[in-house]
Amino acid sequence: MIQVAITVNGKVRKAHVEPRTLLVHFLREHLNLTGTHVGCDTSQCGACTVLIDGRSAKSCTIFAVQADGSSVTTIEGLAPEGQLHPLQQGFWEEHGLQCGYCTPGMIMSAANLLQDNPSPSEQQIREGIAGNFCRCTGYQHIVNAIQHAAKHGGGKAVR
Amino acid sequence: MATSAPVLPKLIGERVKRREDPRLIQGRGTYVDDLKVTGMRHIAFKRCDIAHGTITKIDTSAAEKMDGVEAVFTGADIAKILAPMPIGTPFPSPPHHAVAVDVVRYAGEPVAVVVASDRYTARDAADAIVVSYDPLPVVIDPEAAMEGKPGIIHKDFPNNLAVALVPSGTGVAPDFSKIDNTAVDKAFADAEVVISQRMVNHRLVPNAMEPRGVLAHWEPGKETMTIWSSTQNPHILKTMIAAMNGLGQHQVRAIAPEVGGGFGAKINIYAEEYVCSVVSKKLGMPIKWIEDRSEAFVATTHGRDIIGYIDIAARQDGKVLGLKMRLIADIGAYNMLLTAAIPTLTMLMANGTYDIPAIRTTLTEVFTNKTPTDAYRGAGRPEATYFVERAMDMLARELNMDPAELRRKNFIKPNQFPYQTQMGAVYDSGDYERALDVALKAANWNGLKAERDKARKEGRLVGLGLAFYVEVCGLGPSSSLPTGGWEHGQVTVERDGRITATTGASPHGQGNETTFAQMLADQFSVPFEHVTILHGDTGIVKQGIGTFGSRSQAVAGTALHLAGTKVKKKMAQFAAAMLEASEDDIVFENGTISVKGAPAKGKTFAEIAGYAYVPVPLPPGMEPGLSDEAFFEPANNTYPFGCHISMLEIDKETGEPKLLKLVAVDDAGNLINPLIVEGQIHGGLAQGIGQAMVEEAVYNEDGQLMTGSFMDYAIPRATDFPRFELSATVTPTPCNPFGAKGVGEAGTLGSTPCIVSAAVDALSPFGVKHIDMMLRPEKLWRIIQGGRA
Repeated sequence: MIQVAITVNGKVRKAHVEPRTLLVHFLREHLNLTGTHVGCDTSQCGACTVLIDGRSAKSCTIFAVQADGSSVTTIEGLAPEGQLHPLQQGFWEEHGLQCGYCTPGMIMSAANLLQDNPSPSEQQIREGIAGNFCRCTGYQHIVNAIQHAAKHGGGKAVR
Repeated sequence: MATSAPVLPKLIGERVKRREDPRLIQGRGTYVDDLKVTGMRHIAFKRCDIAHGTITKIDTSAAEKMDGVEAVFTGADIAKILAPMPIGTPFPSPPHHAVAVDVVRYAGEPVAVVVASDRYTARDAADAIVVSYDPLPVVIDPEAAMEGKPGIIHKDFPNNLAVALVPSGTGVAPDFSKIDNTAVDKAFADAEVVISQRMVNHRLVPNAMEPRGVLAHWEPGKETMTIWSSTQNPHILKTMIAAMNGLGQHQVRAIAPEVGGGFGAKINIYAEEYVCSVVSKKLGMPIKWIEDRSEAFVATTHGRDIIGYIDIAARQDGKVLGLKMRLIADIGAYNMLLTAAIPTLTMLMANGTYDIPAIRTTLTEVFTNKTPTDAYRGAGRPEATYFVERAMDMLARELNMDPAELRRKNFIKPNQFPYQTQMGAVYDSGDYERALDVALKAANWNGLKAERDKARKEGRLVGLGLAFYVEVCGLGPSSSLPTGGWEHGQVTVERDGRITATTGASPHGQGNETTFAQMLADQFSVPFEHVTILHGDTGIVKQGIGTFGSRSQAVAGTALHLAGTKVKKKMAQFAAAMLEASEDDIVFENGTISVKGAPAKGKTFAEIAGYAYVPVPLPPGMEPGLSDEAFFEPANNTYPFGCHISMLEIDKETGEPKLLKLVAVDDAGNLINPLIVEGQIHGGLAQGIGQAMVEEAVYNEDGQLMTGSFMDYAIPRATDFPRFELSATVTPTPCNPFGAKGVGEAGTLGSTPCIVSAAVDALSPFGVKHIDMMLRPEKLWRIIQGGRA
């Protein structure tokens, strides 16, 4: 067991983990932050996407020990308690989700996209979320949702 | 008193934002893997890595010695506490053990089970189990399999025939006792043109984004089993878990919590659900299993995989005289819950939207050493649509007719509805020509043709495709479903005037919490926020069947409406007593209940509700309370339809196809929430386009799934699609009071033939008449190269 100290959604979390513990399992099992999902085991689907030091990353492909000392933002910490991030609002307004399983990862990827490019074109949005699978929506309403967020300040920095 | 109550908007037909979303966009949904129960242990399955063989030895000793391992079970151990799994169709079926006992028949079949303290340890221990096999011949090609080559999979099923040659159509007696070929033979004898083509509607892996998961909790003190599962139909699960555990229905509670997509693959009741339940009961511990994606590729049922030999007979003027479909379904290694029934839907819908006087279909279902098939979005209907629409397209090309005009000539006409097909279906309502006209206009069909011709002159490979579909939805009368075809709803007006309703349709992305609340809010004229829809828990929802066959609105929605009607009537009786008026004069409006013509003297909805629960005085002959239920059994299925048009370009140098345009006109009858309907259509289109262009389950000759992970199996990405262009026509169904037909699967039907037809059109300069899906660039490149040569 190895001790790690990871800042998650603004709070330092210390724990002893196996070296092989994946970051996503650390978040889900140790911290009960179950908003981050596991959709595959080959780093393709993006359901597990979180922000590590402000950049989107697939948390199923990173060991918890690799994230030691870094700052992780999950869907639970994207907006202050009681508020919705413009991306969350956009997904709600534009019906950007159906089963909701890919949604947290999709929103985190989109957050990274809008930070880099606050006014992306439709093609740039599609390319920006190409690392995230959605099986329900055909992506069109997701694109609309991200466009909606872009119009409402979605590019503002998250923690 | 509520004289100044705000006017409530009518919600049916409005684009109401989903009430499911706030929890899901904040990561607060609770899927099976998010659940923990005290004392919970984790299960892992050891799965065979060969496709066909006899188990000669299983060595579990290393696994048993590992720290944290609670128990190890082989197939023989499980067989002592779990009978072979039942199926839901009336066809003969070989025994199917949840964990293989002596022979394995597809790569990925479970051979042993480990229970451990955590999932990492469970997986380590499963990996430490060593299994030896004597290989048996691997059966992969269904057409060779039908001749018993290279071997037999189940001993009592000669030539691997699961279902042998069921005929259907013109001249076939309903009980198959008599088959008269006269009409079909005459149609083909009279034909001036006959098109014959073998087509493959290939195998797909459903891949809901949430893999399956189970948590089974036997409580010895209460003698009850609670099972959480990522399922589309908790009530069917409850029934099956009770039966297979030797329990009464009253002892089992099944819960589908948040479910991350299903697409038909979460209808079946799986080995893992049964095993978790019997192991929990045996060990007295809560048992959890969560499927890995790579595991899901082999352990969750596949879809499609039907070969069709299609013959279509016509006159020179385009009038179709006859149709033959010889269908061969590769169902994989075992029959699952609905496996055998799925291809029968392909037969049922063989004629599509056309008035074809003579049709013969035959169906053979064949075992192979592959993962079993079962329902996948569309389930038999996309296959039918693909076959008949590709045949119509080939016919149009042969006759040099516009594909739209050929269809117009053969449509069932509006005045022919209800229309009894040669296949035994009764289409409820339809106006196909109108949908065609809307689609041609929306796509600017003639403009597209000019654009295509211009591109062609520039040397580009651009093609157009058009396809029509009709679907069978709103399943259905109980005669057509082994589970029963009804749905159940219960409506309770609570003491405070809030409405709580339960539905047996257990959603997994369909948004029933929103659409059903829209319905009930309108029915009672109360605010949307005052209606709550509960689902997915057999401890709360008394009865139900589940969500599949695009049935939620048409069947479950109607059940809720009928329950609501009963409760509203009783509430009107209480109001009549309180307001000293006749029940017939009671009006529900904007959250108030009043006497017609005297709104100022009305009471709030909550006041009447409160009176019903503390009825002083109790009106004569009445019981207190406001709660009632309804079962709705539809008299018929519904038959939505539509037209899809696509434009596609193939890169001359690489063979890569690019979808440039997709126009979809869908007629799902009346809509409750057009926003949700659009989402359903988009999703269906994405899966249909996925099948046509990128998705394919590929097995090698050893029976290994070569596309067994997201590394190898292409799930469509956002960059694969253009912006879909949707339009609608509205032809209500007479089958339910809303006139709603169902829409969940529609998008998968028209899209595949429309895209393949566009590819064929693009490659028509090379003399191509048909291309099997999927449109792999290499395949197209070879055609281009061959064409050039």
